[in-house]
Amino acid sequence: MGMTKVVALYSDKVMDHFTNPRNVGEIPDADGIGKVGNPQCGDVMWLYIKVDNNIITDIKFKTFGCGAAIATSSMITEIAKGKTLEEAKKISRGDVADALDGLPPVKMHCSNLAADALLEAIKDYETKHKT
Amino acid sequence: MSANPVRRIYFDHGATTPMLPEVVEAMRPYFTERCGNASSIHSFGREAKRALEEARRNVARLINADPSDIVFTSSGTESDNLAIKGTALFEGRSAGHIITSRMEHHAVLESCANLKAAGFEVSELPITNDGFVRPEDVEEAIRKDTVLISVMMANSEIGTVQPVREIGKIAQAEGIPFHTDAVQAVGKIRVDVKKDNVDLLSLSSHKFHGPKGVGALYVKSGTRIGPILHGGGHERGLRSSTENIPGIVGLGKAAQIAARDMKDCADRMRDMRDRMIDSVLKTIPDSHLNGHPVNRLAGNAHFRFDFIEGEGLVLGLDTLGVAASTGSACSTGSLAPSHVLLAMGLRHEQAHGSLRVTLGRENTHEEVSYFLDVLPGVVSKLREISPFSNEHPNGDDEGGSSVQ
Repeated sequence: MGMTKVVALYSDKVMDHFTNPRNVGEIPDADGIGKVGNPQCGDVMWLYIKVDNNIITDIKFKTFGCGAAIATSSMITEIAKGKTLEEAKKISRGDVADALDGLPPVKMHCSNLAADALLEAIKDYETKHKT
Repeated sequence: MSANPVRRIYFDHGATTPMLPEVVEAMRPYFTERCGNASSIHSFGREAKRALEEARRNVARLINADPSDIVFTSSGTESDNLAIKGTALFEGRSAGHIITSRMEHHAVLESCANLKAAGFEVSELPITNDGFVRPEDVEEAIRKDTVLISVMMANSEIGTVQPVREIGKIAQAEGIPFHTDAVQAVGKIRVDVKKDNVDLLSLSSHKFHGPKGVGALYVKSGTRIGPILHGGGHERGLRSSTENIPGIVGLGKAAQIAARDMKDCADRMRDMRDRMIDSVLKTIPDSHLNGHPVNRLAGNAHFRFDFIEGEGLVLGLDTLGVAASTGSACSTGSLAPSHVLLAMGLRHEQAHGSLRVTLGRENTHEEVSYFLDVLPGVVSKLREISPFSNEHPNGDDEGGSSVQ
């Protein structure tokens, strides 16, 4: 149980987004939903988007996971809101980690799922709005 | 959750404990003016030697051992390594069978894994759902070539106290050396190496208010064991190295105080612990206690909260000034959660939601009250963020695009 080690490695920004996560919740009439992760691994992220005129007008998340998983979810909602779908698709895992002033190396792989969740949500939107 | 806690409460005594002021005081002169090497024949050396032997007596008394059977080491981990490798590899042996359990500390499991790679066979016994090794499983696992049985005295995570006496009796009847990792037990529950039929017992100073970096291995005289550190032949030839006199003096003092105060401290901690368990299970829905309700260390409470993850819990409590720990994978840097919780039959997602609270002698009922005030808020906040709930235990019914 190496708790203190991990806590010490979290930036103030990670702790801020963990403590006061932005845009928590669901969007009942979402235009796209992205679900990534697996409860067995300890991180699951659901991301909901509203799209209007190719722009992400609203975005909310629900996350089961560690501090880093919650902070990256919260951060990506701030980055993606107001962006076009093309711009949003370009947001990478590294962008999210950078915006949080970095993540502990051990968290880069398992808890940095937000960019993947956003891509899935956009894919869901595009599948539903093909015609 | 406030980012600047006004107070700090330490509820992680299973990880380590604060040193008592009397322990620090006892150690102080041995850093400076009493600087002797216990092997030297001048007055400085004799002074160090006297301190060493007094500490040995105090440690021996705490576990009802003969002082000559105490070997000082640098840690509980080193004691486990010495007990296991020193026994298995005795006099050039290169094969044989070792019995241990799935709930052991990594110091035991990894020592056994190391021997396995060298040609030994290892049986890891299963654990009951409430956290016990069964003596009958030990008995059944014994083979003609079994060279060692190693089962811990109290579990480091869930605090369950193992049936060491029964296992020791079985080992003794079969003439197999029996080692117990008692790092979490010594100083907290009454330990008697003679009644418990133990041949080898590991203990660690910093788990009961002594300094870090010092431990001991009880080695019953006549036990067939060799050193893993070779050198000047200190500690009956079992642990070469100039003795860490300040550390050993601190361990001795901590042992003396533990023997004196054990019952009072345990009674107080049990009261606080039981109050904590009752309140948490009553006030927080979908909360559970891991391990046996009664047969556990007095200071140990180990909870599980559905739908949330343990690192978030620990972080959330930390922002409010409470230090606890979790068996979640996210806190260890590996993908698998605690091997102990999995061995007890918990599913991965259940093990992720665990919270270990380990009380110590300096904790108060008032601190427990503060914890009980803030915990429900931390849990419900994480549950608001979580996609899982009683309606969506695994959540897979709202469509959307998903990858795992």
